[in-house]
Amino acid sequence: MAQNQSEIRYLTPPTVEIKKKKYCRFKKNKIKYIDYKDPEFLKKFLNEQGKILPRRITGTSLKYQRKVSTAVKRARHLALLPYVTDMLK
Amino acid sequence: MLNQYETVFIITPVLSEAQMKEAVEKFRKIITDNGGEIVHHLDWGLRKLAYPITNKSQGFYNHFEFKAPGELIGKLEIEYRRDERILRFLTFRMDKYAIEYSEKRRSNANKEVKKEE
Repeated sequence: MAQNQSEIRYLTPPTVEIKKKKYCRFKKNKIKYIDYKDPEFLKKFLNEQGKILPRRITGTSLKYQRKVSTAVKRARHLALLPYVTDMLK
Repeated sequence: MLNQYETVFIITPVLSEAQMKEAVEKFRKIITDNGGEIVHHLDWGLRKLAYPITNKSQGFYNHFEFKAPGELIGKLEIEYRRDERILRFLTFRMDKYAIEYSEKRRSNANKEVKKEE
C-alpha cells in the first residue's frame, strides 16, 4: 500500500511555499496613529483597483485594520485617494 | 472642555488668489470668534484631485488644527455647507495619539527649517 503512494508522480513538483511569518507592522514599529492625510503610506494597503487589502494578505491586526480602513475612507472623501481606479501603483 | 479638532477643506481652483485668501480668513475668523484657538494652519496649495468633484479636477487644500468647544463644530459645518466655494470639507476630533503625532510632525518640520537656516 505504502509503496504505490510513492509511485504517484506529480506533473509539476509540489512547490512547498515557505511560510513567511506575517506580522502587524503597526505593532512592530509602535505606530499608534494612522494619518489619513498622507496617501503614499495608505497606498501600501490598497490594491491596483484602489480597494482595501484584506487582513489575511497584509497581516495587520484587527484593531489597526479598522484604523486603516477609516483612514482610507476619509482620504477617499477628501479626494486624496480614488474610490476606484485601474492603475493605482 | 476644549477638544482639539482638525479640519481640511478644498476650495475651488477657479477663484483668484485674493478670493482664496479671503475664504481662508473667513473660516479662521469663524473659529477664533466663537471661542476657538488655532493651533496650526497649513496650506497645501493647489493639488490634483483623485477624482473630479463637480467636474473640477484640482483644488486648494487647507488644513486647520484648532482647540474649540463642541458647539463651534456645528456652526463651522453650517458655514462650510453654505459657502459654495468649498468643494469638500472634513472635520475630525483628534484623540491623544493624533495630537502626539501632529506635534511630532511639526517638531521635525521645524527642525528641517532650522537646519536650512
